[in-house]
Amino acid sequence: MATAIISFSQVSKRYPGGYEALKNISFSIEPGEMVFITGHSGAGKSTLLKLVAAVERATAGMVLVAGQNVSSMRRAAIPFLRRNLGLVFQDQKLLYDRSAFDNVMLPLVVTGHVWRDAARRARAALDKVGLLERERANPITLSGGEQQRLCIARAVVNRPNILIADEPTASLDAENADTIIEVFRSFNQVGVTVLISTHDEKSIRKLDPRVLTLNHGNLA
Amino acid sequence: MSGWLRHHWLSFVQTMRRLAATPLASLLNVLVIGVALALPLGGYVLLGSLQQFAGGIVTDAQISVFLAPDASKADVSELEKRLRGSAGVQSVEFVDRDKALAGLRRMPGMAEVVATLRENPLPDAFVVTFTANDSALVQGLEREFSKLPKVAHVQTDSAWVQRVNSLIRFGRTAILLLVALLAFALVAVTFNTIRLQILTQRDEIEVAKLIGATDAYIRRPFFYLGVLQGALGGLIACAAVVIGIVLLNRDLAGIGTLYGTDARLQLLDLGDCLRVLAFSGMLGWLGAYISVSKHLSQIEPR
Repeated sequence: MATAIISFSQVSKRYPGGYEALKNISFSIEPGEMVFITGHSGAGKSTLLKLVAAVERATAGMVLVAGQNVSSMRRAAIPFLRRNLGLVFQDQKLLYDRSAFDNVMLPLVVTGHVWRDAARRARAALDKVGLLERERANPITLSGGEQQRLCIARAVVNRPNILIADEPTASLDAENADTIIEVFRSFNQVGVTVLISTHDEKSIRKLDPRVLTLNHGNLA
Repeated sequence: MSGWLRHHWLSFVQTMRRLAATPLASLLNVLVIGVALALPLGGYVLLGSLQQFAGGIVTDAQISVFLAPDASKADVSELEKRLRGSAGVQSVEFVDRDKALAGLRRMPGMAEVVATLRENPLPDAFVVTFTANDSALVQGLEREFSKLPKVAHVQTDSAWVQRVNSLIRFGRTAILLLVALLAFALVAVTFNTIRLQILTQRDEIEVAKLIGATDAYIRRPFFYLGVLQGALGGLIACAAVVIGIVLLNRDLAGIGTLYGTDARLQLLDLGDCLRVLAFSGMLGWLGAYISVSKHLSQIEPR
């Protein structure tokens, strides 16, 4: 499909050691879609997301993201691919040696934004996830839900076209998980393509979203 | 200001902060580099001063031709003509025996000695200066002159200068070897500092890679760290050597008044210091480059 923003065609991923995480996967996602990837633990959800962000490379097949072939991308081009992706991780990967504000500033510093403009955008991102009044706090002092929202703020501050979240609600209670999903939905409503993996199908059922289900590396 | 320039500035500020965050470790690293560089630098200064001292006494190749005590005025002028006529001779200066004695009397402590003499023991002499400091030429002429009539003795004044010069050459080679060894040590120290720094910032590097930082962006602060550490070490080396020279010169001044000479070591000039800074900074960069190339690729997001 020419208009797809993410498309997998006959993608397989075999890790060194022979473990085959994904087997001949094909699907495509249109711009502005919100898609959930579900499946049991070890089904290949994380691997699929890593292939989109070029953290891992496919062993076979083609992964297209925003028209670029990620599976054969030069190393030097990868940073520029990632600047168009907002990445949210299960373990957040926040930096605890600096404030919440500085964590959100990081993607803008990396891309060389003017400081004043960057600070304005960082505050806007913190505001969107409801953490503006905590901007001076060290991330370690934030609750699990707040840390996850901070991670989302960092992912969206660069205004990416695609938001990718790997198990963002895994370590949260139902109420916090709902808030997180709601935050993702609000970004999706302004046109951001959202791709979220979760093993918790219950919390997303009421949204009635498009769901890709993985089972032992196969698309169900 | 472009984003690139701004990032260079940010990298520099960040590097300074990192150095300041672990002041003792940074200070020790810089001191190690400084002391290592101060050794050859101090040796270089000593050699330079020695060379200047030796050169200041005899700048050109000279020999003294002493005449026999019974040489007459006619012999002297005959000999002077022969000396001037030889190839390779630049100038010939006649030193009258009375003038020589007067000169001796003027030297500190010698007046009393001269006063005890009943007659002038000094011979007439010619000081012959050559056009080039070529030892083969000087030795050839020395042999030729000693065979001339009424010549008692020919003495090569530059012989000991040549000896000093060959010693200085030896010293210079030794210092170059020392520089090579310590340059290696400096690269190794920087390599290790950067390695530790990369390990401490593992999380930050991983996150930076995930949010789209280029390799150049991630490397830059480490290059700054290497160059800065090296240059600060160079600065300490310069300061240590200058302080050392000032202290030594104070003692040398005391010796100088005793012996009536003006012996002093040359201070490092600004150019020397800048060259040392550039050299140590460059070695720091090299250490950082090797370390970053080796260790940064090992940190990939998972």
